[in-house]
Amino acid sequence: MRSFSYGRADSVQSAVKDIAGNQAAPDAANATVKLVAGGTNLLDLMKADVMRPVRLVDITRLPLKTIEETAEGGLRLGALMTNADTAYDERVQARYPMLSKAILAGASAQLRNMATNGGNLLQRTRCYYFYDTATPCNKREPGSGCGALHGVNRIHAILGVSEHCIAVHPSDMAVALAALDATVRVTGPGGERAIPIGEFHRLPGDTPHIDTTLRADEIITGIELPAQGFAAHSTYLKARDRASYAFALISAAVALELDGGTIREARLALGGVAHKPWRDRAAEAALAGQPATRDSFRAMADAVLRDAKGYEHNSFKIDLARSVILRAFEEAAGLEPS
Amino acid sequence: MIAKPTFPDLLHAPGAQIGKPVSRVDGRLKVTGAAKYAGEFNVPGLLHGYIVSSTIAKGRITRIDTSAALKVPGVVQVFTHENRPSLAWFDRKWKDQDAPKGSPFRPLHDDRIVHSLQPVALVIAESLELARYGARLVEVEYEAEPHQTDLHANRENTFTPGKDKGGFEPPPPPRGDADKALADADVTVDLEFTQAAEYHNPMEMHASTVLYGEDGTLTVHDKTQGALNSQTYICNVFNLSKSQVRVVSPFVGGAFGSGLRPQHQLFMAVLAATELKRSVRVELSRPQMFSFGHRPETIQRVALGASKDGTLQAIIHEAVQESSQFENYVEIVVNWSGQQYRCDNVRLDYKLSRLDLHTPLDQRAPGAATGVPALEIAMDELAYKLGMDPVELRLKNYTDIDPNSGNPFSSKELRACFRQGAERFGWSGRKLEPRSMREGRELIGWGMAAGVWDAMQGQANARAVLGLDGKLTVASATADIGTGTYTVMTQIAAEVLGLPIEDVTFNLGDSSLPMAPIEGGSWTVSSVGSAVKAVCDMVRGRLVKLAGKMEGSPLGDAAEEDVVFADGHMSLRGDPSKRVAIVEVMRASGTQSIEEEARSIPYYLKRSKHAFGTHSAIFAEVRVDEDLGTVRVTRVVSAIAAGRIINPKTARSQILGAVVWGMGMGLEEEAMLDHRLGRVMNHDLAEYHVPVNADVHDIDVIFVEEHDDVVNPLGAKGVGEIGIVGVPAALSNAIFHATGVRVRDLPITVDKIRKGMR
Ligand SMILES: Cc1cc2nc3c(=O)[nH]c(=O)nc-3n(C[C@H](O)[C@H](O)[C@H](O)COP(=O)(O)OP(=O)(O)OC[C@H]3O[C@@H](n4cnc5c(N)ncnc54)[C@H](O)[C@@H]3O)c2cc1C
Repeated sequence: MRSFSYGRADSVQSAVKDIAGNQAAPDAANATVKLVAGGTNLLDLMKADVMRPVRLVDITRLPLKTIEETAEGGLRLGALMTNADTAYDERVQARYPMLSKAILAGASAQLRNMATNGGNLLQRTRCYYFYDTATPCNKREPGSGCGALHGVNRIHAILGVSEHCIAVHPSDMAVALAALDATVRVTGPGGERAIPIGEFHRLPGDTPHIDTTLRADEIITGIELPAQGFAAHSTYLKARDRASYAFALISAAVALELDGGTIREARLALGGVAHKPWRDRAAEAALAGQPATRDSFRAMADAVLRDAKGYEHNSFKIDLARSVILRAFEEAAGLEPS
Repeated sequence: MIAKPTFPDLLHAPGAQIGKPVSRVDGRLKVTGAAKYAGEFNVPGLLHGYIVSSTIAKGRITRIDTSAALKVPGVVQVFTHENRPSLAWFDRKWKDQDAPKGSPFRPLHDDRIVHSLQPVALVIAESLELARYGARLVEVEYEAEPHQTDLHANRENTFTPGKDKGGFEPPPPPRGDADKALADADVTVDLEFTQAAEYHNPMEMHASTVLYGEDGTLTVHDKTQGALNSQTYICNVFNLSKSQVRVVSPFVGGAFGSGLRPQHQLFMAVLAATELKRSVRVELSRPQMFSFGHRPETIQRVALGASKDGTLQAIIHEAVQESSQFENYVEIVVNWSGQQYRCDNVRLDYKLSRLDLHTPLDQRAPGAATGVPALEIAMDELAYKLGMDPVELRLKNYTDIDPNSGNPFSSKELRACFRQGAERFGWSGRKLEPRSMREGRELIGWGMAAGVWDAMQGQANARAVLGLDGKLTVASATADIGTGTYTVMTQIAAEVLGLPIEDVTFNLGDSSLPMAPIEGGSWTVSSVGSAVKAVCDMVRGRLVKLAGKMEGSPLGDAAEEDVVFADGHMSLRGDPSKRVAIVEVMRASGTQSIEEEARSIPYYLKRSKHAFGTHSAIFAEVRVDEDLGTVRVTRVVSAIAAGRIINPKTARSQILGAVVWGMGMGLEEEAMLDHRLGRVMNHDLAEYHVPVNADVHDIDVIFVEEHDDVVNPLGAKGVGEIGIVGVPAALSNAIFHATGVRVRDLPITVDKIRKGMR
């Protein structure tokens, strides 16, 4: 850990002012003045010398800890509400059960009590090479190479990769938000803007050190959920190496709008497969009008995974993803085990 | 004096304390935070050290620049191989009680790098944060050399070790002709097993706090399984006398073998304290917990041949394990296969391959935890080929003598383990056929395995002081690594002298106390417990003599065996009305206190004519998600034969913890190495997986009755390790029963199961 200065923001405006000097950084991850919320990710990375902010701005006292109804009939989740409070909120549980389930599938009870909704979206990859400063990593040190590409890559990406980075985004919550088409509300020096969740995280390309489209001088104030929560036919399914406190090998947030036995609308977001929660809108659209059967879901899984690519240790994830997708849709559609 | 065990049958009818589920006497201190661990002792002006670790696996340090670190205000000094003081020269000075053959690793010795994460510098500062910051500023340049860390690539590049470590026995010579018998057998299996390296990772990371006295003496709070072992190491390496160094370690937050050898944080803290003449603490980070000993990666072959009725005709068990370039770490992996079943044709082989990794280190049931599961999975596979119930196959080849030595076991109630374990589990209803049980989307499987571990004993001393207030203090320099040593020693002492538990205090974890061996190998109850019993027997003898001299003694001139000690009183056997309080006896004779010290030594003669072991039968139920291949271990019954159980509560905790670890070993734990870098990559507890609460369901522990007059004066064998042995095999066998998929490559992760299910 390097030495840093510490300040506490008493309003969104003062926080934005404190990070105004960041604007040269390519995104929030690369800011030198960092906002700190629950600290469960940022402080670990600072101790490991992976992140080296010169200043921390503590935003835990900002009044962004509520859940409010939106004019469109959805909910707005405060950025500083904890993951636990969000997951156990009655409105979230009743109207967006898939989101509640996703949050509770993440981390551990202790971590969820500290972790915030804003911080969760901005948590960084758990790639071993990103964490170990003795090894190469293009995300941590652009140009140094990707250690995982030909190294230990059991937990790495199978979709949307580049030769520069095969890391995955580790969040469970973000996967459900992706399936729900949530919107991230942010405030910067020029005022507020909204970033659709699908455009919030990005693929690595040749700039894997840039995680998101959140600018370094912006703060997340909340996350908006649209009215449609797919409460009747949705689920979040996570396959992992142990029953709790493990990141997803593969996870799927699925949602269906059914008309009898026919699919009116389908959503699928995958976690553990890419640098961002993975959606394939063409494959989703192809499901519309199809019968809600195993065959339809299988075809959907094949389409989504058509371009999946495995590496030395993670090829199993492609087939596991197929099983997870199929199973999640079966559960969402209420199909009995075959 | 050396005590002959008196009244060998005193404990045959244990009375008040032995066998009782006494709660931990140190429990309250632990749950209230009053128990202090090595890294928790603070004094004003304490300095903190942080270690800089090597980024390469092999080569040389060409340049090390500490100037930037030294410029940071609050950084006091940086130690490297370039400025360390001159220390002990000969290898033997660096050896500890658990050192194998070779040249022990010497921290900051020279510019050579012999493994990744090797400590290369120590930054000392006024606070931990400053030390850690300083460590980031130390610039080290290396000249890397090609390294080898891949056991599979080096499996042919081996040698056969000798008797290279205390407690190690090379495999016995072949019996009969196993290869021919295998070729001739009706039914055979011939299988390869692999087991990933595991790192101990106790909750408490290794730490040493060295308090520097005004007179230059050192009080060292160390995380260790042997205070004397650390003391001797420090004295030898730094050329200090024993009177200058006291090592204290009253509480240890888990160790599992990682504290059997002095680890480099101890060296570092003493180095800094002696050089700077100040108190210093050095604590490892979690990634640095992957920088030293570990359970070695292993490749094994087990081949079994049997006649149609299941009689074993041939056993071949071969193992290749990693060791370092500088020491021959050895453990008993294959010998168990010559011991567990009756068979005339047995060939066992054990080899090492040198890799550029740190020397491995004993880890809970070292060797057995690796070798026995291979045998026990092979037995299961043989049972399937024979179409025989796996328990039946084991009973068919049961032996009461140890075929390796020809000696009878001092006791072996493994049959009772099979019977009682099977009954509790409900095994009899099991269909042999795989994939025969399911519920919803889960396939259910039942598997079993047997386990075996040693029942060793070493020499140990204990001191007892009985005061006029009726309070007894007993002490020995052993350790309590969470196993319950404090509690069981208190019970043994209270039992012998008939005192209430509250009147007995047991002290340990201090090099100034009477000698005890390192706490490992499940031999502490046997070794130290026997010493505690011996010394309390001596106090008893003194009391009987004093009582005899008492005017109008109520006990007359009763002989020792005619006196019963209970409730702080002595009474005449058969006539409880003839009774006197212990303190009364002391007062009447003007005795202020009774002090005795005893040494207990094993029954060498009797021991040489017997074989010893603890045994177990494990039954497990798993549920495998048919779509995903994920496993839940829903039920485990572990039936243990380990002689007399001094405390069923702490003993049960040992078995529970070991079963959970067995689940980790079987399903989750794995050091993942990047062989290009020669480095463990998943070096934190987020990615190095051990079981979490949600993984643990129903675990049932049975201690079967086992009577043993030979093993030691207590008839107790120790239960720290037996609980893990065989668990991975029971799980692998249960997974096969559930799915029809055999996985012989531990841990059995979801990818391996799915590969078989496709
Ligand atoms: C061992 C372990 C296991 C875990 N397992 C899982 C898991 O299985 N699934 C999962 O999803 N997560 C898991 N997590 C991650 C956990 O969910 C995240 O650490 C947590 O959500 C981060 O939130 P925080 O508030 O603590 O963020 P912080 O650590 O405070 O911040 C993280 C980042 O977000 C930025 N930030 C925070 N708030 C804002 C804001 N309002 N505006 C702009 N920037 C902001 C910070 O500057 C920082 O860059 C695990 C974590 C650990 C340590």
